[in-house]
Amino acid sequence: MKRRIFLKGSLAAGTIAVAASAGLLTPTRVLASAWPKAAFESETEAEALQAFFGTSDVEQSDQVSIKAPLQAENGAVVPIKVMTSLENVEGIAICAIKNPRPYTTSLRVSGGGGGLYSTRIKMGQTSPVNCYVKAGGKLYMASQEIKVTVGGCGG
Amino acid sequence: MASTKMKIKKSKTGGYEVMVLAKHPMETGLRKDKKTGEKIPEHFIENMEFAVNGEVVAQANLGTGVSKNPLIGVGIPNAKSGDKVTVSWVDNKGESDSAEKAVK
Repeated sequence: MKRRIFLKGSLAAGTIAVAASAGLLTPTRVLASAWPKAAFESETEAEALQAFFGTSDVEQSDQVSIKAPLQAENGAVVPIKVMTSLENVEGIAICAIKNPRPYTTSLRVSGGGGGLYSTRIKMGQTSPVNCYVKAGGKLYMASQEIKVTVGGCGG
Repeated sequence: MASTKMKIKKSKTGGYEVMVLAKHPMETGLRKDKKTGEKIPEHFIENMEFAVNGEVVAQANLGTGVSKNPLIGVGIPNAKSGDKVTVSWVDNKGESDSAEKAVK
């Protein structure tokens, strides 16, 4: 296992080196973050939130809005758009609760980023989708139930 | 093999919105090859970084739960006309790609 991690690490470092030598990466402020492995591998939502945001205290907020279909015919492609009017957005995360790994995707925002994140996710079955926004050190959420006719996990 | 397309449009909420379409299989590691019955290994984009004029403004973390050929949209409220937007991604096998476009 350690060897795998090492190999992965060296691979990643390799690509960065290649990109840097090609002049693609300019040495500016880079977000000090790797891929949040722990969050993606959590089987419960609370664990994932703890791993990614460092807190699982959540407040419902109507300043977080979700634009998604009420019914998705194809669970393999469910478009989701999260918008927020909150200030100082630090991160946005999307969880499809009944997926084997609920934590689906997230966005880290640093200065100058905005409260908008859209993506297309896979859903195994009908489930509420929770969207979290961390702003000003607090966590806010909104939820929407999406009906899935044909599941899109595995196959 | 990899191809990444980017589109920048004006956002309704103010500022601009970057839409990125990356061509990627996004394998979950759960699917089986129908012919051989063997599992197809995981292959997905891990991180996607958005930079405006070289400064990173957002980093999207994707996982196996994101659809194939992911279409990712991110808001960049402070961008101005003429700013250079760069997006780059890396997957779990170390493959990467990037795209660059100026705000109109």
